[in-house]
Amino acid sequence: MEWMDLLSSSAFWVAVLRLATPLILGTLGVLLCERAGVLNLGIEGIMAAGAFTGWLVVYLGAPLYVGVLAAALAGMVFGLLHAVLTVPLGLSQHVSGLGVTLLATSLSYFAYRVTFPSVNTPPTITPFAEMTFFKDIPVIGPVLAGQTVMTLIALIAVPLIAWVLNRTPLGLAIRMVGENPAAAEGQGLSVTKLRMGAIVAGSALMGVAGSFLTLAAFNAFFFNMVNGRGWVCVALVVFASWRPGKALLGALIFAFFDALQLRLQQGGTSLPGLPELPYQVYLMLPYVLSILALVVMARRAAYPQALMKPYRKGER
Amino acid sequence: MNLYLERRTEASRTALLLAPLAAIVFTLLICALLVAWAGAPVGQTYALLFDGAFGSRFALSETLTRATPLMLTGLACAVAFRARFYNIGAEGQLYLGALAAVAVGGMHDGVGFDLPVPVLFAGMMIAAALAGALLLLIPALLKTRLGVDEVVTTLLGNFIVLLFVSMMLDGIMKDPMAMGWPQSVALNPDLEFGKLIAKTRAHTGLLWALGLAVALWLINRYTVFGLQMRAVGANAHASRFVGLPVTRVMLGTAMLSGALAGLAGAIEVAGRTSYVTLDMSPGYGYTGVVVAMLAGLHPLGVVVASIFVAGMLVGADSMSRAIAVPNYIADVIVAASLLSMLVATLFAQYRLRRKQA
Repeated sequence: MEWMDLLSSSAFWVAVLRLATPLILGTLGVLLCERAGVLNLGIEGIMAAGAFTGWLVVYLGAPLYVGVLAAALAGMVFGLLHAVLTVPLGLSQHVSGLGVTLLATSLSYFAYRVTFPSVNTPPTITPFAEMTFFKDIPVIGPVLAGQTVMTLIALIAVPLIAWVLNRTPLGLAIRMVGENPAAAEGQGLSVTKLRMGAIVAGSALMGVAGSFLTLAAFNAFFFNMVNGRGWVCVALVVFASWRPGKALLGALIFAFFDALQLRLQQGGTSLPGLPELPYQVYLMLPYVLSILALVVMARRAAYPQALMKPYRKGER
Repeated sequence: MNLYLERRTEASRTALLLAPLAAIVFTLLICALLVAWAGAPVGQTYALLFDGAFGSRFALSETLTRATPLMLTGLACAVAFRARFYNIGAEGQLYLGALAAVAVGGMHDGVGFDLPVPVLFAGMMIAAALAGALLLLIPALLKTRLGVDEVVTTLLGNFIVLLFVSMMLDGIMKDPMAMGWPQSVALNPDLEFGKLIAKTRAHTGLLWALGLAVALWLINRYTVFGLQMRAVGANAHASRFVGLPVTRVMLGTAMLSGALAGLAGAIEVAGRTSYVTLDMSPGYGYTGVVVAMLAGLHPLGVVVASIFVAGMLVGADSMSRAIAVPNYIADVIVAASLLSMLVATLFAQYRLRRKQA
């Protein structure tokens, strides 16, 4: 296999965009929370809850888009839990987030086992269809035609969230409580409401990111199907310097290497200049890259100044 | 809402000690709803759960077997969290420790290293501790040198380590007798721990875990390093101001934490599994975080908390065989008790006040 063949094949780019979709949605979700000053490590579990809820609702007979909405709702419920614990109660955002992840994951698995006590092959649904009507557009057509409407939603969400954050009074308020909550309070803004709102909204996106796995990427729910994607999103936000556009770029770069890794693993063929390595090395690549991205960006990153700092009125 | 939190001038010791109990009672009440949803009688389910955890000699031995690695990962998290170093990588450190233990004490090509057993045993334990310590040193250095958040790096590190272990089990550490099953070579039988309770799986590794818990408590209380660790955790900025070597204390704490988790791996191999496999830990590293939090980050509290958590996990397994409640209820109980514990501790330290109009 030659590099040129690979890079010019639309199947490869279809895979890249497909793999990027949950990362785009998840990263935007984390970004929204962190811009308001709150770390949300609940993402890994919220994605599992979204994946399960979305899939279950569709399995029980609802249309696919209702499944997506249900996943968003599930995300919001767990987001609200994290919001209550970290904003008015001001608990450790690290520990609370991990707790939410453990709770959301275990509740999803528990609920799955209660609803399907003894199934060996996971029950399936009909996932979102590919948008084949795009296929006649030159260049990007074949790549878009291999996607589902959820990818389109993810791609639209990027400029939308960038616009809200940078061009609206609401976005300014959200950024302000993430940078200087005391000053925001002085302006008459409610830090508590804005932060909680941002967490709930961000968590809805995380739930939708999870539902992509069961409603578009696969057609069933598996244990461990999120498999660290949530943590990767947390790393991507740092890489993106908390900017939606760069988050899209980061997710695409990450997905590029993920798709490459899959290709190398399946084909067993090696590309010129790449040595034959155990498949685990390729599987490691995405995680190693995330850490490298963190290392490279950490110094330059413009952290929201109040990130991970609980705000209690009158307390320093 | 006109409510706000006010810090109590002095949190009462009783309140802090009662917090975990209150959290657990609250959690069991919430989880009773889930049990009812699964269609099982709540009382009987909990009775079966507690019986399966502590009700017989066998049940207790299983709980203690499960508590051993949890105690060590719990200590690993408690030490690190106390210094505000959030090591979520105990899972990876456990696996790397187990791998290092087998590398030193394993039967490579059917024979172990030709050394006296006590030397080999010491080598095995030191190798495991070092493996864990050095693994955690990477995120610790990234944090102190470059300001990279350790939570994400340790979390992602777990996935990398597991793949690395998988690679080793396919490669140089592969057990040629395992017929394609991913499993390492066996540990030298002379290095295995003795039984703690005859005819059960409970092994003397538990004594190691207990000993380390006491040692940590003594270090915390009576040594300069213990004081420094607590000071850095309480206020790193002020510690630097009074001239404490904050970075060095942070790195030392991280290595101590990693070493404990690494030892958990060695003790699992030498006490229970005899091999490294890819499923030897059902998330002991992550559950260690819960154990540490339930214990209020106190080394002796970790002992109690790990036995409770292990009891829930073991009890749920045995309960789900008798009644139609999935054993994932144990994970829900563990997660919910973590969150309840956070809130309970908060209210031991703060009081809810109504704003005067």
